[in-house]
Amino acid sequence: MDDLIADFVAECREMLESLGGEIVAWEAQPEDRSRLDSIFRFVHTVKGNCGFFEFPRLEALSHAAEDALADVRAGRRQADGALVSAVLAVIDRIGEMVEVIAAGESLPEGDDAKLIQGLAPGADGSVAVPAAAVVGEVKNASVAPRTIRLSVELLDRVMSGVSDMVLARNELARRLRDNAADVAVDGAFERLSGIIAEMRDAITRTRMQRIENLFVSLPRMVRDLSAELGKQVLVDVEGGDVELDREMIEMIRDPLTHIVRNAVDHGIEGPAERLKAGKREIGFLSVSARQSGNQILIDICDDGRGIDGKRLVEKAVAAGLIEAADAVRLSPAQQFELMFEAGLSTAAQVTNISGRGVGMDVVRSNIERIGGVVEVDSRLGVGSRMTLRVPLTLTIIPALTVSIGSQHFAIPRSAIEEIVRANGDSVTLSQLGGAGVATIRGRRVPEVALADILELPSSLSDEQRTLVVLRPGGGDVFALAVDKVHDHEELVVKPAAPAVMATGLYAGTTLADDGSPILLFDPAGLARVGGVKLEGQERVGRALETAPVTSERVSVPVLLFRTLDGARRAVRLATVDRIEDVSAAAVQWAAGQLRVQLGEAILPLGGCDARPAHGEKLRMFRLSDGCTEMGLAFKEVIDMAEIVGEIVPAEVPGEVAGVTLIGGEPAELVDVHWLFARHCGTAGQGKREAVCRLPTDDAWMQNMLRPIVEAAGYRVVGTDSEEPADLVIAAEGSADPAGEKVPTIRLRSDPEAPTNDGSIYRYDRAGLMTALKAVGGGVR
Amino acid sequence: MNQLLLVVTIGGQQVALPASAVESVVELDTLIPVPRAPAHVAGLSALRSRVLTVIDCMRALELGATDVSDGIHEAAVVELDGHHYALLVDSVEDVVEARSEPAPLRAAMGRGWEAVSLGLVETGATPLLLIDVAALIEGVEARAA
Repeated sequence: MDDLIADFVAECREMLESLGGEIVAWEAQPEDRSRLDSIFRFVHTVKGNCGFFEFPRLEALSHAAEDALADVRAGRRQADGALVSAVLAVIDRIGEMVEVIAAGESLPEGDDAKLIQGLAPGADGSVAVPAAAVVGEVKNASVAPRTIRLSVELLDRVMSGVSDMVLARNELARRLRDNAADVAVDGAFERLSGIIAEMRDAITRTRMQRIENLFVSLPRMVRDLSAELGKQVLVDVEGGDVELDREMIEMIRDPLTHIVRNAVDHGIEGPAERLKAGKREIGFLSVSARQSGNQILIDICDDGRGIDGKRLVEKAVAAGLIEAADAVRLSPAQQFELMFEAGLSTAAQVTNISGRGVGMDVVRSNIERIGGVVEVDSRLGVGSRMTLRVPLTLTIIPALTVSIGSQHFAIPRSAIEEIVRANGDSVTLSQLGGAGVATIRGRRVPEVALADILELPSSLSDEQRTLVVLRPGGGDVFALAVDKVHDHEELVVKPAAPAVMATGLYAGTTLADDGSPILLFDPAGLARVGGVKLEGQERVGRALETAPVTSERVSVPVLLFRTLDGARRAVRLATVDRIEDVSAAAVQWAAGQLRVQLGEAILPLGGCDARPAHGEKLRMFRLSDGCTEMGLAFKEVIDMAEIVGEIVPAEVPGEVAGVTLIGGEPAELVDVHWLFARHCGTAGQGKREAVCRLPTDDAWMQNMLRPIVEAAGYRVVGTDSEEPADLVIAAEGSADPAGEKVPTIRLRSDPEAPTNDGSIYRYDRAGLMTALKAVGGGVR
Repeated sequence: MNQLLLVVTIGGQQVALPASAVESVVELDTLIPVPRAPAHVAGLSALRSRVLTVIDCMRALELGATDVSDGIHEAAVVELDGHHYALLVDSVEDVVEARSEPAPLRAAMGRGWEAVSLGLVETGATPLLLIDVAALIEGVEARAA
């Protein structure tokens, strides 16, 4: 009997889930016979089973709904809004009861008379006009696929068995490599290997569910919500066939629901307000999923009022989350980030729909817990877009392996922001009251040594270590000093024993390629055990980062020299590789310009117009822009110096960029960029990479755009780099980089802006690639 | 059919583990320490692509510590709540049949033994203390805390 009830519950749940979308569709098209039929089928099934199981309440409800729907089917009655709502209410009640039954409890006494009454026709005065009889066969196109129900536990067991098999195969492969086996064994192993890979794919897929399971409930939810709020919302759900790990689906259910509710409640305006704003009175909400590499991207876009960054800032200041002084320096993206702070809601009034204490902070921490990311983009008055990026599965985690002494550990890659050397130029380490602080490019982050957290001996000093900058869920960063960084690996992670988990440091264990166990860290746990406070400080840290750089002039080291014709000039030291003495014989006219032979390389030569007299020695600087080299002839080096004064730019571009005072006397500053452009630009340097300049201080560009630009074949330099760039990418509204006559791509953060200003929306990847290629093609 | 017992030596003393709980007896060579874990967790080891959490029985019973720095160690592999553990013992002696149900031992035992004892079982030769594997894995410190 229990088994029968369990089957009944499972069947009901399945039907209920698939019905959610059907009912809304039925409401939009009451004459749609097939929808009506499937709803009818559901209540009919429930009714039939209830009689058998003796659930009188359930039976009465389903019976009433069946009667009403039978009338519609027979054409005696027409489906109207009132009926749809009443049927929905009944179905909801049935769902609730099914859950009670599933829990093994007996159904409580209750009164469903109101619900049943609601089904009666004519309560709202609607006249039952017989609809034109729907003629024609209802084609049952879809034949139910043959399926069986399996317990998830069993699937998990098979999954872990297959994971073990993969690891065992890896070990076998290693053994085979070590002792050169004969070809037959290798062949057999290859076959086994292939079969295992295939099995792993298949079993991974069994754990996958179509994200549709998550999406089917959305139209219904939006419908109910918008009805309650007196709004009209059109939902568009796309990409339901994207597949995602079953557990993942459960993990993103709540965050997704919350975001959608928010969008309907706060995002989309009421009809009157929309008309006033010149929009259609029906709001538009689109939820779409797509796969990108080993990530799933879920976009939730609405065309509502957008997120008011300024209001967020005001609220944050009022709530004491940030200082007013810091607030003014926040970029729009940072303003949106405030949305994820605990205890901040932009809703003018708290409704019962959202703003019930579950905030965006919970959404973000939920998503980050599964290694995902939430992104926000919004334009005031036009709409907003939330993007959830989540990994495909929970069990395979991309990780970075690091070591202390001889022991290896793994860190989930999703938490890693960057990796810097502790002795690098941009990093300073200091001890303040016993606490470590790392200043990385002007940003102060707490620093802890992994060896100290783990209480492991390490022979390295702080300066010899490598800093892994981590951003555990919640958004605050800290730097973890490790002895050595090894490799990126995809690790099959398993939970560790409770005694190990109790340390709070680890997220699980995994096996390295050589079969030895590796512990995977929980970055938040590391911070906690390391005594790093994660709240509050990073926001200020981030604000400081974007604060205007101190106006202190940076001194530029130069080499002061005298040219062949006696002029006093300076060349930036950074561009000079070394000084060479060459014989006159090595200098030749070739292909239209003077060239000098140095060993096996032939470099263009600047700084002189004619070959030196026979037998004379020529001194030259060997200049380099990182990949191309050229020579610059000179008479003598005067001194090393620094440019501290102002540079008076030359009127026309040429060999000299400008004049400055060095050591109290004027000196002409060599324009290395011009030299390279003149002497190397046309020389057809096949291997020369195009150079792209990105703003050093723009985190988005450095983190998101840079890989794309590099993938397009550019070498990326920063704003402070001296190197001539072939392309400059700048954010919308930033000042033109002075003195650069190179193509510039401007990026805007708003997808809708007019395109005639030549800017590209920053997520318009296709547009971006085209622009990158266009410029890149011109250079080569 | 009487319960089968695995006779092992821990800290020089012969005790019995329920053989049904023991999956296999293995020899461990390398151990990966787990920093900051409770002292009785000697480390991790791998067995056929499975991670074993190695429990130092000496420490779990507060009898001192096993020297795990080198050499090969015998261990009994058990599964508890889906996790696999290797119980480090001095040596594995034999499998015998229990001749009685475990009976409470009324004599005063050491604190560590007291916590993990399921009672005394008669075997053919000498009576043996039957060990509660779960309590052993939990360790003495964890219980004290």
